[in-house]
Amino acid sequence: MNDTDLSNYRRQLTCNFKEIDSVFADCLKGAETLLSPSGIKDYLEGASLICMIGRGVEPVLVYLEEMPEVAKRLGEPILSLVSQTVWKISRSPNGNSIPSFLQTLAEVSRRLASLELLNNYCALILEFMDRTSTSIHHNQSATISSPSLGDLLKRMPGLLQELSWQGLRNWIEYGLAHYLHHPERQRDYFMLQSADSRAMLQRERHGTLYADHERQLDLCMRALWDREEHFLPYSDAFDQLRKPMPYFDDRGIRVPDVYDDRDGVKGIDRYRALISHVAAHKRWSGTIIADNYSPFQRVAIELFEDSRVEYLAMQQYPGLRTLWLALHPVPDQDACDPEKESCIRHRLAMFSYAILNPNHPYTEPNLLEFVQRFHEIMVQPTHSTADVAALAISYIARTRRQADLAAKVYFTDTEIDYRDDNRHLWRYIEDGDEEELFEEKRKPEQTQDTDRLPPRHYHEWDYQGQMYRPDWVSLYESLHPSTSPELIDKLLLKHQALAKRLKQLLDLLKPQHYVRVRYQEEGSDLDLDVAIRSLIDLKSGVQPDPRINMSHRHDGRDIAVMLLLDLSESVNQIPAGCEQSILQFSQEAVALLAWAIECVGDEFAIAGFSSNTRHEVRYQHIKGYSEIWDDRVKSRLSAMQAGYSTRMGAAIRHAGHYLKSRKAEKKLLLILTDGEPHDIDEADPRLLIEDAHKAVQELDRQGIYTFCVNLDPDADTYVQDVFGKQYTVIDRVERLPQKLPELFVALTR
Amino acid sequence: MTNIEQYHISKAPYYKAQADEVDLYQAAYDERLPVMLKGPTGCGKSRFVEYMAWKLNKPLITMACNEDMTASDLVGRYLLDANGTRWLDGPLTTAARIGAICYLDEIVEARQDTTVVIHPLTDHRRSLPLDKKGELVVAHPDFQLVISYNPGYQSLMKDLKQSTKQRFSALIFDYPTAELEAEIIAKETDSSLDIAKKLVKIGETARNLKGHGLDEGISTRLLVYAARLIKRGIAPIAACRMSLVNPITDDVDIRSTLNHAITAVFA
Repeated sequence: MNDTDLSNYRRQLTCNFKEIDSVFADCLKGAETLLSPSGIKDYLEGASLICMIGRGVEPVLVYLEEMPEVAKRLGEPILSLVSQTVWKISRSPNGNSIPSFLQTLAEVSRRLASLELLNNYCALILEFMDRTSTSIHHNQSATISSPSLGDLLKRMPGLLQELSWQGLRNWIEYGLAHYLHHPERQRDYFMLQSADSRAMLQRERHGTLYADHERQLDLCMRALWDREEHFLPYSDAFDQLRKPMPYFDDRGIRVPDVYDDRDGVKGIDRYRALISHVAAHKRWSGTIIADNYSPFQRVAIELFEDSRVEYLAMQQYPGLRTLWLALHPVPDQDACDPEKESCIRHRLAMFSYAILNPNHPYTEPNLLEFVQRFHEIMVQPTHSTADVAALAISYIARTRRQADLAAKVYFTDTEIDYRDDNRHLWRYIEDGDEEELFEEKRKPEQTQDTDRLPPRHYHEWDYQGQMYRPDWVSLYESLHPSTSPELIDKLLLKHQALAKRLKQLLDLLKPQHYVRVRYQEEGSDLDLDVAIRSLIDLKSGVQPDPRINMSHRHDGRDIAVMLLLDLSESVNQIPAGCEQSILQFSQEAVALLAWAIECVGDEFAIAGFSSNTRHEVRYQHIKGYSEIWDDRVKSRLSAMQAGYSTRMGAAIRHAGHYLKSRKAEKKLLLILTDGEPHDIDEADPRLLIEDAHKAVQELDRQGIYTFCVNLDPDADTYVQDVFGKQYTVIDRVERLPQKLPELFVALTR
Repeated sequence: MTNIEQYHISKAPYYKAQADEVDLYQAAYDERLPVMLKGPTGCGKSRFVEYMAWKLNKPLITMACNEDMTASDLVGRYLLDANGTRWLDGPLTTAARIGAICYLDEIVEARQDTTVVIHPLTDHRRSLPLDKKGELVVAHPDFQLVISYNPGYQSLMKDLKQSTKQRFSALIFDYPTAELEAEIIAKETDSSLDIAKKLVKIGETARNLKGHGLDEGISTRLLVYAARLIKRGIAPIAACRMSLVNPITDDVDIRSTLNHAITAVFA
């Protein structure tokens, strides 16, 4: 390229910043080798457009420097796409994000690696910008810049490293759905500062998530090694400085929270490689006093011990060799120059590989000798950590080189990432000064609020996002306070006449264990009476009745019932034309029902619920399955009080978790409520209805039948959406005490 | 008249004693004590009874119990024929008449009210009243009752009444030790000891999972199936999947764990 071409090009770029001149020649030289002539034209036009937006020289410089490479990678149409996107951003109040957008583009394009995806990416950024930029009066185009666009763009390369494209979209969508109207928290979310944001990121990561495979790892530990271990996942998504390694101590085995597939080994198999290695340590490794060894010696002992336990494990499970070999690096014998850098890691990794792979390519005599000596130890009937420790030390002594102490350590192909860090091998007599203390002493947990159980967290269904919000609701379970049981006895007395009628119904329900079924063509026994009659018919030439057998049938009743009471504030209302509140009617009805179920002998529990935002769903225990219908239960029932809101989904899930553990054949969840699910922290009225519906579906899948008794005369608008056809609406609340037990009888007959 | 010959076992069944159970059974038979065999499925209970019947040279009548079985299925019932009703002995009555060993397999599967009919045969009376027929069958001197059940079912419903339990002497079976089991598999299927040992190792991994998603571990019987398939020329991994993993579980996690164990053993 000569000066004429260059000044030609410079003319095509209509931009008068002086700073451009100093780099223009270099940029164009690069562009000419990477782009076609028409590409260069687009490139310069794009730069001119960016110059015109009036954001100073910075964006233009970034564009000139970055774009040729990006265009080379993804194709030249990208040039106009990017300049158009920049133009659009500049037309909004978000102009200050343009340098970030351009700066990260090279990295982003490397991750996304297709023009189509980058197109989607630009669209996503523009959409994000539109949605997060606001105006004061909502009737004009946006005037306030997006609080989080710049931060999001800065983080984009890191995010794309962790997330797939779809995962990124989901993560952004989640943040927008929840924090769109809250600039501060929106910022926290997109800067990855809030717990929510991190949790969501974890969920969307690609690879094999620990959380999804926890049970398989437990099973693997148990099946292959007959051990029960506790796993604690750690994340390496946020620690950039020091990469955490797997390890184990008294509290459990630390494993990464996600493994991507690598070298043809699936993520789950990488987990298995790790836990088999750890299990082998647990089975065969002893401890050694660390104080007498130098750091080099320790590294060597650790590695020899790793090889020893793996060798032993492979005797039992030869297939593990294939798995470990696939994950083990293959150090090249001549890769490390022992004169210039510290080769200690390289030597040890070669040793480890040579043990794992009997057909290793190495020829170094010392290495071969020690591999030989290692195998000699292993064939002896007993050997211990101390035996290989001695071998390790002599190996280190034999192969010591001057450069081992060099600051420059050879690391390539020496990291064996399925192994733990071997901290369990060492016992320290004195506190060393070179060792970091990994674990701080934990303070004893504070004990406060002993009468309250720790909260249980339940997810909640977000119908707009079509996904669960993880651990969204905190549910506190407690024993309902109690007063005197007399009130309930009085109520029962009041309904004595009703009770008598019910009693007749109930007697019909009582299980009769052994029932004879007569008039069967096939049966277990001959029914002699019928048989003789048939025989007489036969002899007298009449068509005989062939149903001469009888059989027996069990008529057991095996039902577990959970009655869930809505104790929200609205229950305190006194319905028109009545003298009692809904709560009092409910009390009467529940008392009768409880008495009735006690008569029949079904398993039965009662609980009440109310909620005060998602952070406090109260689940109050009134009667448990193991309690009998006695004064203690009655006194809790008579103290029943109402308040707050109705977050139904979490309560249904919690009640379901109790029912699930019952052994009964049929499980019934009866919900007594007077209104639709709602809570003060949820603006969208559909959300909690949809969530409750989802909870009912979840229970249905677990074989629990949910039935709603609704006291709200206007319930028809929503109750079907939640319970399908499994509901009844009782318009006249004063009939509840009679209706509820009848309903139960009808449901369970 | 009942054909006794059909109940005799002509060919010696292969049975490898795990401990002194053969002597113990022999003594119990000499005293005509009823015997109960407990143990997980496929560990060799039925084979043992067969072996003992052959050793003692007595006819063996086996009844597999099930929930729909009634007392009349055991004792006998009236049937209709052209001339009226006809009594047909049930297997228990037949055994008591001809002096056979009556083996009620998986007795807990039968309902508790059915199992009580065996009571009079199991104590000093050694007789079976047929109330419908008005006959008291006195057991043949050679008659002996053997029942088996699997205490592994963790169910309240599947247990024997105390009054039934306390009429039996009992032998407890379990899967044989690894070496013995390998020997059994090798002998039973005529395969190499090396394959048998590997199969036993897989069996162990599954038995470790009992109670954690598996109701029962892999039985010796299934290991024998696997060895047979391998003998037929099926690749070991495929044979193990077919005979050891797929039958026992529908749980995806467990299946994947067992598949991993199989690949870890058959490298």
